[in-house]
Amino acid sequence: MRWMWIDRIVELVPGEKLVAIKHISLAEEHLHDHFPATVARKPTPIMPMSLIVEGMAQTAGVLVGHAEGFKQKVVLAKVAKADLTREALPGCTLRYTATIEQFTPVGASTKGVVELIEPARPDQGAQPAEVIGTIDLLFSHLDNNMSGARYPEENFVFSESFKTLMETSGIAADF
Amino acid sequence: MERSEIFDKVRDLLVDALAVDDDEVTPEATLIGDLGAESIDILDISFKLEQEFGFKIAQGELFPEGVTKDPDYVQDGKVTDKGLELLKQRVPHFNLAALEADPSVANVAKIFTVDALVTFCEQKLQTA
Repeated sequence: MRWMWIDRIVELVPGEKLVAIKHISLAEEHLHDHFPATVARKPTPIMPMSLIVEGMAQTAGVLVGHAEGFKQKVVLAKVAKADLTREALPGCTLRYTATIEQFTPVGASTKGVVELIEPARPDQGAQPAEVIGTIDLLFSHLDNNMSGARYPEENFVFSESFKTLMETSGIAADF
Repeated sequence: MERSEIFDKVRDLLVDALAVDDDEVTPEATLIGDLGAESIDILDISFKLEQEFGFKIAQGELFPEGVTKDPDYVQDGKVTDKGLELLKQRVPHFNLAALEADPSVANVAKIFTVDALVTFCEQKLQTA
């Protein structure tokens, strides 16, 4: 599944809130490059924070798109705020909670909370979910953009990948 | 609400939206030229104004859209009299004197100052 940074939608309140999770796997190739071993350092696989922002953008983007039946081309226009305080390692789960703050024909603003769920390890028990950051975003409805630019008719934003995500999450994707 | 209080709120909101220092936000500063705002920032600012002051802003109410691309309103790189008249009606919070003196289309962005934004809020609050 190309460029999907959430694995499942676990909660959806249409037009209000969407919760999604992403399991971080050591099999993900980018973790081998982020960061590889150097003379001074062992391999250090850490989920890139830029991709955590993308995970939130997909979570919030689906919420905003769902609000109008995926008729709008919803694109991330601005990362208003991204504040992450802790690294996310393989074996952990990220839980993204996005809520719509404002919604207009031109676009939407969303608030987001990122939690880290850390399972047990031999040296410690499972940890309670911990809030590790907040990510606030601004989305544009592309066909109502303020510059007046025109785009193709087809909704190229909500592709097959998003339909698969919704269907495997038990949500009808008849758009 | 006093104009100075509106200015303080607008300044804080612009510092947040545009990642500028508060001393850059002077009444004369232009949003697009001096403070580096892009079109999406106008939407962000619009959302933040609605939240801060509790009024609603319709599309194109804060900053005119499409005027500079319409041949009725812009000819040979200059805003026409018809275009100026439309701007006066659509965005009464702007001081158009500079644009009337030199109607180059490049000057349209220069009328969108922090002061104009404060006037916009003042007018919205009076009619709310």
